[in-house]
Amino acid sequence: MRWLRLRQELWLGLLGVLLAFGVCEAVSRAGLVRRSYLPPASEVLGRAVELTGDPVFLDGIGVTLRAWALGLGLACAIAVPLGLLLGSVPLVDTATRAIVELLRPLPSVALIPLVSLLLGSGTETEVALISYASVWPILFNTVYGLGETDPLAKDTLRAFGFGRLAVLLRAELPATAPFIAAGIRISAAVALILAVATEILSGFGEGLGIFIAQAGLATDGTRDVLAGVVWAGTLGLVINGVLVWGERRLFPWTPEHREAAGGGARL
Amino acid sequence: MSREAETAPQGSPAPASLPTRARAAAHTVLLRWLVLVLAVGIWELAARAHGSVYFPPPDRIARHVHELWFDGPARHLFLSSAAVDDILPSLGRMTAGFALAAVAGIVLGVAVGRSRRAYALTNPVLQFARAVPPPALVPVFVVVFAFGTPMQIASIAFSAVWPVLINTAAGVRNTDPLRLDVAAVLRLNTAERLWFLVLPSALPRIFAGLRLSLSLALILMVFSELLPGTANGIGFTLTEAQTRSDLLTVWAALVLLGALGYLLNTGLLAIEKRLIGRGRAP
Repeated sequence: MRWLRLRQELWLGLLGVLLAFGVCEAVSRAGLVRRSYLPPASEVLGRAVELTGDPVFLDGIGVTLRAWALGLGLACAIAVPLGLLLGSVPLVDTATRAIVELLRPLPSVALIPLVSLLLGSGTETEVALISYASVWPILFNTVYGLGETDPLAKDTLRAFGFGRLAVLLRAELPATAPFIAAGIRISAAVALILAVATEILSGFGEGLGIFIAQAGLATDGTRDVLAGVVWAGTLGLVINGVLVWGERRLFPWTPEHREAAGGGARL
Repeated sequence: MSREAETAPQGSPAPASLPTRARAAAHTVLLRWLVLVLAVGIWELAARAHGSVYFPPPDRIARHVHELWFDGPARHLFLSSAAVDDILPSLGRMTAGFALAAVAGIVLGVAVGRSRRAYALTNPVLQFARAVPPPALVPVFVVVFAFGTPMQIASIAFSAVWPVLINTAAGVRNTDPLRLDVAAVLRLNTAERLWFLVLPSALPRIFAGLRLSLSLALILMVFSELLPGTANGIGFTLTEAQTRSDLLTVWAALVLLGALGYLLNTGLLAIEKRLIGRGRAP
């Protein structure tokens, strides 16, 4: 019964994708919108497939993904230890709260001009911006997760004479791990946004965003822009899918929708 | 949150007397501000000692913010003419785009979430739309609308709509079936059911979506103004200062944007608290 329902939903989803594709195709072919605004969906998809044979485009994707991975990795290396510190030492948390609350609401894209002036318009700038923006979701989820650790588990360990660090490593870190993983998943999407945004604004070099920016400047370049968007969306979906799968494999006991936790979902 | 509320009293020993608690709270506030003032002070001293162009001391940044935007006459709320030219267009576009996204997202989200079939039909397309990093689509809007306010509003609205839509749909879909049965017994009509039952129970998810959308709207506001070809706005001030290597104005614009972001987020949280109540926030 449930299996049947799942299959029905799968078919409906496929139908929805086909419908969306058909509407885009028809609107363009019927001349309801100009072709330079919205090329037929088949042409966009055809171009997207064609791009897989284009070594320059593939190199660009590689460059973007490398910056993405470096930035996200750096953000994890900063945010997880910092979150553990803030979450387990209340005094530090209180003391730094005002600074954190003042830094967080700044829209990260606004830092692009400053960081470009400081570091030039290369990979360093991109990685720095990506990691700045990706730090926050991981940091807040880590602090929130530490607060959610079962007090009984901690007390039990303490009663058996384990020290502060041992409690952190044996009880709090495992209990927080699912929250950290969810934070990383949110940050992965943020990092992709920053990677593309920085590349579009810097305008030269290599990368997915640069491909999109240059296609946008060309006459009738919308087809190429949209083909780039298809790839960007696919990357986003694959990254998210892999991370969700990993979370389910590693932490099968946790309920879903961790992103609602503690307001950590803000960008 | 509710779990936290349940477990907290067990951990703490006896409830502290009111003056002690008030003093503890005062200590907390004092500590926070003290550290902040200390950090700014260290920055000030370091910047002065080093004399770097890239990191001007905070007092000069603060004075520059004041000179640029807030030394106008009192009847203009102290806004200078530059502030009227920079801040108001940015804020206007952000508000318009975010409002469009919120209304469209909630309406469409309710429509999609009410039916299991509609949800299944649209879910893959919506997930894809959300996965696209929004700046990637801005060049398309540039082609369609050329540079200017319509392009910027469209970029903001189109980027910010997906989190609200998806969260609203998920919230509406998870309405307690028992309550829906009760509504059927009470013979509520569709509008009543929506207003009294479905929307209130979806509200926490809707606001979770709105918070995400607000940050996206802010990012897109700045991003669409940073593109070459815009004529006004805070982002335009930023790029212009960048080309002149006017670091002081770059820092001032960052301070202004941070303050705006803080105010907007706080405002949205206040509305959320008003509507949902303290106990039920997600």
